[in-house]
Amino acid sequence: MTIHGGIGQSLQRKEDARLIRGKGNYVDDIQLPGMLYLDFTRSPYAHATIKAIRTEKALKLPGVLAVVTGKDLDAAKLAWMPTLMSDTQMVLPIDTVMFQGQEVAAVVGDSRYSAADGAAAVEIDYDPLPVVIDPFKALDPNAPIVRPDKPKKSNHIWHWEVGDQKGTEELLAKSATVVKQEFYLPRINVSSIETCGCVAAFDPMGRLTVWMTTQAPHAIRTVFALVSGIPENKIRIISPDLGGGFGGKVPVYPGYVVAVVAALTTGKPVKWVEDRMDNLLSSSFARDYHISAEIGATADGKLTALRVKTVADHGYTDAAANPSKFPAGLFHIITGSYPFEKAFVEVDGVYTNKPPGGIAYRCSFRVTEAAYAIERLVDILAHKIQMDPAEFRLKNFIPPSAFPYKSALGWTYDSGNYGGALHKAMEMIDYAGLRREQAEKRKRGELMGIGISSFTEIVGAGPSHTFDILGLKMFESCEIRIHPTGKVMARFGTKSQGQGHETTYSQILAEELGIPAENISIEEGDTDTAPYGLGTYASRSTPTAGAAAVIASRKIREKAQKIAAHLLEVSPNDVEWKDYKFQVKGVPEKSKTMADVAFAAYTNPAPGTEAGLEAVDYYDPPNMTYPFGSYVCVVDIDKGTGQVKVRRFVAVDDCGTIINPMIVEGQIHGGLNMGLAPALYEQISYDENGNMRGSSFLDYLVPTAVESPHWETGKTTTPSPHHPIGAKGVGESPTVGAPAAIVNAVIDALAPYGVTNIDIPIYPWKVWQVLHDKGVS
Amino acid sequence: MASTAIPRLTATAPSSGPIQQVTVTVNDVPFTMQVEPRTLLVHFLRDSLGLTGTHIGCDTTHCGACTVLVDDTPVKSCTVLAVQANGRKVRTVEGLEANGKLHPVQEGFTVEHGLQCGFCTPGMMMTSVALLARNPNPSEEEIRRAISGNLCRCTGYMNIVKAIQHAAQAQSGASGGKP
Repeated sequence: MTIHGGIGQSLQRKEDARLIRGKGNYVDDIQLPGMLYLDFTRSPYAHATIKAIRTEKALKLPGVLAVVTGKDLDAAKLAWMPTLMSDTQMVLPIDTVMFQGQEVAAVVGDSRYSAADGAAAVEIDYDPLPVVIDPFKALDPNAPIVRPDKPKKSNHIWHWEVGDQKGTEELLAKSATVVKQEFYLPRINVSSIETCGCVAAFDPMGRLTVWMTTQAPHAIRTVFALVSGIPENKIRIISPDLGGGFGGKVPVYPGYVVAVVAALTTGKPVKWVEDRMDNLLSSSFARDYHISAEIGATADGKLTALRVKTVADHGYTDAAANPSKFPAGLFHIITGSYPFEKAFVEVDGVYTNKPPGGIAYRCSFRVTEAAYAIERLVDILAHKIQMDPAEFRLKNFIPPSAFPYKSALGWTYDSGNYGGALHKAMEMIDYAGLRREQAEKRKRGELMGIGISSFTEIVGAGPSHTFDILGLKMFESCEIRIHPTGKVMARFGTKSQGQGHETTYSQILAEELGIPAENISIEEGDTDTAPYGLGTYASRSTPTAGAAAVIASRKIREKAQKIAAHLLEVSPNDVEWKDYKFQVKGVPEKSKTMADVAFAAYTNPAPGTEAGLEAVDYYDPPNMTYPFGSYVCVVDIDKGTGQVKVRRFVAVDDCGTIINPMIVEGQIHGGLNMGLAPALYEQISYDENGNMRGSSFLDYLVPTAVESPHWETGKTTTPSPHHPIGAKGVGESPTVGAPAAIVNAVIDALAPYGVTNIDIPIYPWKVWQVLHDKGVS
Repeated sequence: MASTAIPRLTATAPSSGPIQQVTVTVNDVPFTMQVEPRTLLVHFLRDSLGLTGTHIGCDTTHCGACTVLVDDTPVKSCTVLAVQANGRKVRTVEGLEANGKLHPVQEGFTVEHGLQCGFCTPGMMMTSVALLARNPNPSEEEIRRAISGNLCRCTGYMNIVKAIQHAAQAQSGASGGKP
């Protein structure tokens, strides 16, 4: 028996009804009477002293109302703000700019155009300072200090390590084979098609409402209260429809703060919306990890130990969005799908003259960096001992019988069947046939490569004993109200950015409450109405809020059972929840639906029972969930141009119980594209003076439909043993797993020429250069 | 050392410029408005007419979120001036549904899960409408080329291709498209 819109059905999305009609409500769609606009004058230098800011010309322009500088903010003690990693970040600089494109002066105008006119007319005199761009040079004792305001007179921010250094070194020394490789995962930008922005407005009672592109509205409200001194009950954050997030809409950006200040000082609503250049120049970046890693194996090809040393370039402030205890995020998932006996990881954070970095790129907390490194290393080692990389993985995987599995770096993997996923992917793509084809092609001198990635994800942050952001525990919430007519309103502390929460949560509630999904409304993103939550990022919504929805539903069922018993004139113990109804045990024809019970809850509650039918749950997950998958990629390389073509890509994902197969498949497609992008196309780089190379989509190559492969997907299902319905989260898995599969395929194609690595993105010229150097024509 | 700011794409002239009258027929309704000559068509549609279904993603003609049809030709309205649309017919996402019935392209995007965050969707659908008008039965390759001026960050384009194929079949009544 099923219920309409229950778990496992490809229900069409509720969100679509408004979005396909152009009736979504995004931040830039909000128009308030008398609304003013904010724009910024930005620094052309990566590092410079501000000598003077002249605003006269700007203020004379029609429609320009005010110019706000760092000195103005400093007078209100608002020139600096905290980052989510307890570092400090400039709202506007008082006397020194830290990166090219940094906001220096804010201009308020009566239209978008007048604000932009004003921003172009503000005159600023700078004295350039020495620029630090390379994080390794930044660690030189003689390097210019990026942050002289800090007590530590060095560009070194922090050192973090985990694991058994001595044991790892001893085991590597004893290993028959050791491979070591350096990998650079460059800066990239999530580039949601909607940029960041907000509208800030105070009401006559001094209450602040901010419509904001944020993935974490409640956390933002608390941060705003702490920074501004405005009482938290007088702040309302509304996150309306979001045009993508991918982690880029977690941080607090200077524009948000200045818009609030401008609204306060002008008494009018103020809108700030970035253009694309603003977004690429100054919104938070992902990655920028310089990884040096080595792994060992015994003579018969069993993995032994893993050692990793990483330099993390954070720009001028550590504005990462990690759980507070983990400055390198969950990078220590880097043992991946393999039972390393010993492992040791160290990471050093470094300041440079670049925008703040270290946020997600559709990947939870440095997991892509980890998955990329281990899946590349495993391939390199397999090639070195001349073992097929699939065979090598199958020989080394943590076996299904070993779960729950405690990794060498301290994680307890909840469940997994890695061999199952890899076997399925190999079958789907005909791995053996491809290897035969490759052997034939090699004889003819053609370049074809096959790459595998068998990643392990870690999502669902997270258990309160370990996970917090600025002290806020990473629980998640659901509040359910069932109305007298059996219709449901449920609110959550998360915030969808396109994942389809309104649909997925409805399905969980339909299944648990026995009420069809079309009778359930979901709301998120308004801090006045939604229960407190930490928001949506790091594939945490289904593992945490999805679980809260189940537990809150079951609380409702507990009360409803008493009311049902009253209606059925039996003892509550004689009633059971079966086939989405309350039935008298053994007498299925005597039953009451949840709608019957809801009506009674307001019109005829059982004696001694409180009226109403509501519940709220704040879910504290007992563990993370560990989705996994195996991807196989086939590439063909043009020897003349170095162009890599992804011919086929099979992705087998295991995200536990699937709530809506259509949505899950859509998430996988999109995630795969965001794995393809950094592997072959996207990079934000700087010249030695700190000039960003490319601050538009002309240079920052977001893949189009032409570059994107025809993705082939498959699944295995290994439910999470600790999640109430066995779900694990999926949005980021493909982004985590795909890059290594693509790069492994490229390197596999070039392996006969002794190539072991090309750093991403693998542009055609890099391949051409390698082929040219090896004398391949 | 004095320096000018990074050039602004949206600020090319002071706002004291002359005001010009334009008449644009949007979704079959004529609108006569006073605009600054530099007013972009997308701002005219969104801010002056309140048709916020057309989105802005890049200001530089790369992302296609602002695609609308001008005299049935898809244009990126972030780089077209409102005065250039004077006397012309503009069609936006708000003009796709007719008599309470979704356009086959809208139907296709819903049925095939061709959208996630929905931000690129209006522009993507307008490009699709134009594609199907000139090529009622496009192959996957032709679809991918046709939408290559519209960026989507959520879907990986797979289901957008299916959505357009769905619309092609619905429009032509044919049993299947080209492979």
